[in-house]
Amino acid sequence: MIILSLKTLVKSFGGLVAVAGVSFDVERGDVVGLIGPNGAGKTTVFNLITGALRPDGGDIFFDGHRIDRGKPHQIVKLGLARTFQTIRLFAGMSVLENVLSGYHCRMGSGIVSSLLRLPHQRREERVALTRAMEELEFVGLADVWRAKAGGLPYGDQRRLEIARALATEPKFMVLDEPAGGMNDQETYELRGLIGRIRKRDITIMLIEHDIGFVMKVCSKLVVIENGAIIAEGVPEEIQRDPKVIEAYLGVDD
Amino acid sequence: MIASISPASSKWKNWLLGAQIVGAAAFFSLPQFGLGAYWLDVLNAVGISAILALSLNIILGHAGMFHMGHAAFFAVGAYTTAILNTRLEWPIFATMPFAGMAAGIFAVAVASPIIHLRGDYLLMVTIGIVEIVRIALINNVFGLTGGSNGIIGIARPVLFGFRIARPQHFFCLIWGFAALSMLLFYWLEHSRYGRALKYIKEDSVAAEGMGVNTDRYKLSAFVIGAVWAGFVGTIYASKMRTISPGSFSFWESVVLFMIVILGGSGNQKGVLLGAFLVSGLPELFRGLQNYRMLVFGAALVLMMIFRPQGLLPPKTRNYTLPEPLAGKFP
Repeated sequence: MIILSLKTLVKSFGGLVAVAGVSFDVERGDVVGLIGPNGAGKTTVFNLITGALRPDGGDIFFDGHRIDRGKPHQIVKLGLARTFQTIRLFAGMSVLENVLSGYHCRMGSGIVSSLLRLPHQRREERVALTRAMEELEFVGLADVWRAKAGGLPYGDQRRLEIARALATEPKFMVLDEPAGGMNDQETYELRGLIGRIRKRDITIMLIEHDIGFVMKVCSKLVVIENGAIIAEGVPEEIQRDPKVIEAYLGVDD
Repeated sequence: MIASISPASSKWKNWLLGAQIVGAAAFFSLPQFGLGAYWLDVLNAVGISAILALSLNIILGHAGMFHMGHAAFFAVGAYTTAILNTRLEWPIFATMPFAGMAAGIFAVAVASPIIHLRGDYLLMVTIGIVEIVRIALINNVFGLTGGSNGIIGIARPVLFGFRIARPQHFFCLIWGFAALSMLLFYWLEHSRYGRALKYIKEDSVAAEGMGVNTDRYKLSAFVIGAVWAGFVGTIYASKMRTISPGSFSFWESVVLFMIVILGGSGNQKGVLLGAFLVSGLPELFRGLQNYRMLVFGAALVLMMIFRPQGLLPPKTRNYTLPEPLAGKFP
């Protein structure tokens, strides 16, 4: 079953064409890696999918909805969550509050019930705290729930971003360089974490420069260069594809 | 290192809470101890500034939107009460919901198109709003606002047959409303809603990316602040009995802005302290005449250099986990 479908997406900034007619489908349950050299348009594709940018042309369908005109918060609510390439935690707030931000879109209390602290609002808060702690336990950060997010070590901040995205109860997650800046041990643990996320029936798409990591984690790869797809397939195929070797890994003399 | 952020010991906390209750009780019994009418009036003025600043705190302190036109909403509320009372002879308290509503509707109208503006640009536009309102009032808009002379002969409020007229009566009304506002705003702050505003202040792109409808939250913060300023307008109009455009100048907006920034934006206690310092302290130094503004200005400059986060910056919120989690993760 196809959960995400991109159809001839186009996006340009001024004169620069960042994404030039990208089309591909993502099957439910896959872990798709989007790879390519720097400046190939990977993050732009992510920003188009998550609604941070609007495409100049083309359509995006997610789980039966057309989302290319949607706002980010609407797309999150449909079940598509993200992490950011440069970590964007709420640095001055606690670890717990960061994860609660993800669960926000699954809550309903409004201004009046908050102003008057009505019983259903308090019940909902308790459920939210429990859910947030579940996600912190899932990524292994439950012990530091009181700490300030900005004070955590780098690898923990990456995991906290994943916990925050999981708290939105997504069907699909896009991770922008989840292993960026991690050491070998942390990268190894991240592989395990991605495997466990996949077991929760959450489809994953990620951008990553660490080719070894991508080959081990992903079930499918999409390679883009200069805003266009040059290859698509299972990792073993991509590794042997001459076009990919030339564009991404460089030509051997 | 992380364990050191455990909650303060409960014994010390109880002391602090007790001291606050005693302090509040002593404050509310001030009129009984024969505080003169002059000083009661000063405290009433401080109280009005405090409630206005608390309502501005939602917009500026929690949501982090640089709004320097709060006097505009205050004016809309005060004029709504004045017009309904003098023209239609509605009792003051009956006009209060309408004053709040008028200010709220006005906020939707003027804030919707500017809500996405970045900090400094928003600041300039809100300054424009307060000037437009003041000039419209002077120009006797709709033939209802009485031009630069304003509206005179506004009635006193009557509560269950009791006519609120003397300074000590207003003291109870104003500070009672201040206490109620603080309680409701405390609850609002400690909810999903208040959290959403803090996410927006910290990083609005990340907030939107995590599913917070940032545009709607920003606008609703404006509306709550405006509605409350409208309520204060009702109290102010009935306290002064005469209102004119001069009471709602740009300077009033600046003073409210200063109270929030100086006291500690996002912290109610800080804002309350700020209200006492900014609108109360100058009264203490009346003897110094014009020098008091110089002293005040110098104090502001020093504050911004040495303590830019305000006198009492907000603390990170303490959460109590529901059982059994609380036992598992201390």
